[in-house]
Amino acid sequence: MPRISPGLTQKLALAGIWGTGIVAMLILLVIVAYVLVKGVADLDWALLSTAPRGGTSGEGGISTVIASTFYLIGLTMVITVPLGVGAAIYLSEYAPDNRATRLIRYGTEVLAGVPSIVFGLFGFALFVTALHFRFSILSGALTLACLLLPTLIRTSEEALRSVPHTHREAALALGATRWQTVWRVLLPAAMPGIVTGIILSVGRAVGETACLFVTMGGSTALPTSVFSGGRTLSMHLLYLVMDTNAFGKALATGLVLIITIVAINAATNWLSQRFRARMTGGA
Amino acid sequence: MRKRYLIDRGSRGVLLVCATVSVAVLLAIAVFIFKESLSAFGEIGLLDFLLGTKWDPNPVGDASPSYGILVMIVGTVLVTMGALIIAIPLGLGCAVLLADVAPHRFRQLLRPAVELLVGIPSVVYGLVGLVLIVPLIRQIGGPGLSLAAGIIVLAAMIMPTIVSISEDSIKAVPRAYREGALALGATRWQAIWRVVLPAARSGIAASIVLGMGRAVGEAMAMVMVVGMAKAMPNSPLDPARPMAPSIALETNYASGTHLSALFAIGVVLFLFIVILNSVAIVVFKRGARA
Repeated sequence: MPRISPGLTQKLALAGIWGTGIVAMLILLVIVAYVLVKGVADLDWALLSTAPRGGTSGEGGISTVIASTFYLIGLTMVITVPLGVGAAIYLSEYAPDNRATRLIRYGTEVLAGVPSIVFGLFGFALFVTALHFRFSILSGALTLACLLLPTLIRTSEEALRSVPHTHREAALALGATRWQTVWRVLLPAAMPGIVTGIILSVGRAVGETACLFVTMGGSTALPTSVFSGGRTLSMHLLYLVMDTNAFGKALATGLVLIITIVAINAATNWLSQRFRARMTGGA
Repeated sequence: MRKRYLIDRGSRGVLLVCATVSVAVLLAIAVFIFKESLSAFGEIGLLDFLLGTKWDPNPVGDASPSYGILVMIVGTVLVTMGALIIAIPLGLGCAVLLADVAPHRFRQLLRPAVELLVGIPSVVYGLVGLVLIVPLIRQIGGPGLSLAAGIIVLAAMIMPTIVSISEDSIKAVPRAYREGALALGATRWQAIWRVVLPAARSGIAASIVLGMGRAVGEAMAMVMVVGMAKAMPNSPLDPARPMAPSIALETNYASGTHLSALFAIGVVLFLFIVILNSVAIVVFKRGARA
């Protein structure tokens, strides 16, 4: 076999890279464009403002579903944010380098990889069955809070670690206790980074289906308390596909989800740019 | 004066409790899933459960129910492998393109697109697969809802994750590596292939493990496109029934041994992921030290 010159290899390889890159991009473009074009036909005010009425043709809109989604995510964040940020503060500011700390880190990393449906089984066994919360927003929120915890810990810890050491030393030199340093100096400085992590978690919560499918029931009624059942937008999309032939409404729901993710990404990009400017600008 | 020291002490304890919650949750998941699965393992027997080819928890008439999950294990392995075979080359090509080859403008345009695609819910991927890919496959042959449809949907779903994390790790390779290779007379491609990619390998491996984890655990997108048939698939055009979507579909109405068997599938899935992640963590630690 004749030796191929490095120049030719380079040409072939770069052509291959452009080729794969463009194929990958085209596939992904098709997905978004398809949902955009097909979904926009059914996306109107009536869809957003009326309640689903069920039936095989998927009558009605998604208003109560949007309400349940907000309710669930609000409750989830109330549970998971204090725990996650607290854990992050401990890991970045207090944790000694010992076996216990390594165990905590390992546990958090493994938890991050556990599949959504396994969290669902756990939530079903503990919250739905053993604690008698039944299929409810509370069961869903507790399950989802467990699922989001590792991501939230990681992003918050990164935000705290990126606060310069001089901040800590200055506070301690002024006679502040460790907790005063954390509360008055580090948390305010790291806040944009922490908020970015929280918004990212909201984005993941919006997309989760499997763990909620087995803990939240799927009722379309407007939730009246944490013990009401409910369904999120992602779950509603799934129910529309499985139980009805309203593919148009499913695509419109998909479009609402995509728009939500776009908004969330824009917000996090804006915030993290500001955060970086603040941390490197010396202000 | 004393009060603030008490607060300082107390806060440390509270924060430590917060930090142990995630370990507690992990342990609780393990305990609950194992406990609920015990009666199934006892009744069915480990080998019959793992190697049985018939899953029929609610048989018609007075036949006794069967709980074999080999079809599901094969289904999970096939969709995951298939998706990785498509997503790894395309995703890595795309990552190198964005990180090293394409002009800056191009990258600025595509980076947000990749970020968006990482965030799009899996049910949306499933829906597009159902209305777009499934009819195409039906034209080739078979029922359309198939292993092939599942593979394509999963590949599209995990590709953005692979692109995003690999690109970050390729970008993180110090400029001096690239410049050193070029100064020694390497072509641009030789610098990428022999120097930059090996230096970024732990990040690239992390992206693949993460994508693999997502593929193994994906339930709802698979429910929509993979067909959920109970027979062993003989070709990519046949329907399949992976583990995660089987749990998702049946948990809400199952009871007794059936419910316990679903938890047992959860145990198999959980162990698989824990082993996968532990191997990954060890490999990356080694990679990071090297």
